[in-house]
Amino acid sequence: GPLGERPLLEVRLGELPAWISTCSFSPRGLRGAVQRAWSSYCAKYIHVKQGGPAGISMLLAGYCLLSYGWNYQHLKQHRWRKYH
Amino acid sequence: RALCPLVPAAPAALRALPPPVAVGVLHTTRQLHTTQQSLAPVPPLPEKGGEVRHGLIPEEFFQFLYPKTGVTGPYMLGTGLLLYLLSKEIYVVNHETAAAACILTVIIYGIKKFGPDVAAFADKLNEEKVASVQAVKDEAMQALQTAIEAEKKEQWRAEGRSYLFDAKRNNIAMLLEANYRERLLMVYNEVKKRLDYQVAMQNLRRQKEQDHMIQWVEKNVVQSITPQQQKESIAKCILDLKALSKSAHATL
Repeated sequence: GPLGERPLLEVRLGELPAWISTCSFSPRGLRGAVQRAWSSYCAKYIHVKQGGPAGISMLLAGYCLLSYGWNYQHLKQHRWRKYH
Repeated sequence: RALCPLVPAAPAALRALPPPVAVGVLHTTRQLHTTQQSLAPVPPLPEKGGEVRHGLIPEEFFQFLYPKTGVTGPYMLGTGLLLYLLSKEIYVVNHETAAAACILTVIIYGIKKFGPDVAAFADKLNEEKVASVQAVKDEAMQALQTAIEAEKKEQWRAEGRSYLFDAKRNNIAMLLEANYRERLLMVYNEVKKRLDYQVAMQNLRRQKEQDHMIQWVEKNVVQSITPQQQKESIAKCILDLKALSKSAHATL
């Protein structure tokens, strides 16, 4: 389909800037994007008849990574070696 | 016109009404379902979710790397990434690492051991919910089916209305006929009574005249019999009797 309506996973790497230029960065547009992403994730991994641990574990892993990133400056001070 | 921006295709006669009335009426002529799609019935949930390997990485990532790096590509990527993070100490090993390792061990052990049982229990709960709702739906369908059959039966019964009306017409005709005959009989009886009365009157009159005349004639005859005639008639009778007795003796 046309570039503006394709989901992000189907956009090729070379077309990425063009695709980013087509999406709206207004609050409504961002909210819509977040809503779409969340609902597609839920539809794929959570709202199924036989889901496994994968649905929540991916969310928890993402949360772990995010919180590690947020606390990185503090954790950097507890390194074992000074020079890598 | 400014109040209803979506002006649907409505007959011109409706739009020719005064504007407040036209707006209300146009909304009633608006088509409700313009497309085939409707909200019910809701499509069923998919059976299985997206494939995830090791509980963390979606299968699409492995498929994405497969054409270029084969089966071991993502694993090599993961190992290299891990070693890079550890050697450059972008991931710092501290007490939280030990805690995370213990927690993950316990969680994975728990999932591997009790996962299938919990899944079966949840499936059973779901099954019961679906079964109860399905039962309600089946009951409703059954009730509607019986209602449809009853309706058809009523329609079939209504077809026999011609027989019903014929019977009623026959009844009424019979009532009218019976009434008519009753009245005819009554008329006949009344007329007969009057005619009988006349006949009886005539008979009575004739009888009375006859009796009276007989009496009068007898009375006059008896009066007219003089004693001389009486003696002569008696002597004649005696002579006749003697003659008769003689003839009777002769025949013996």
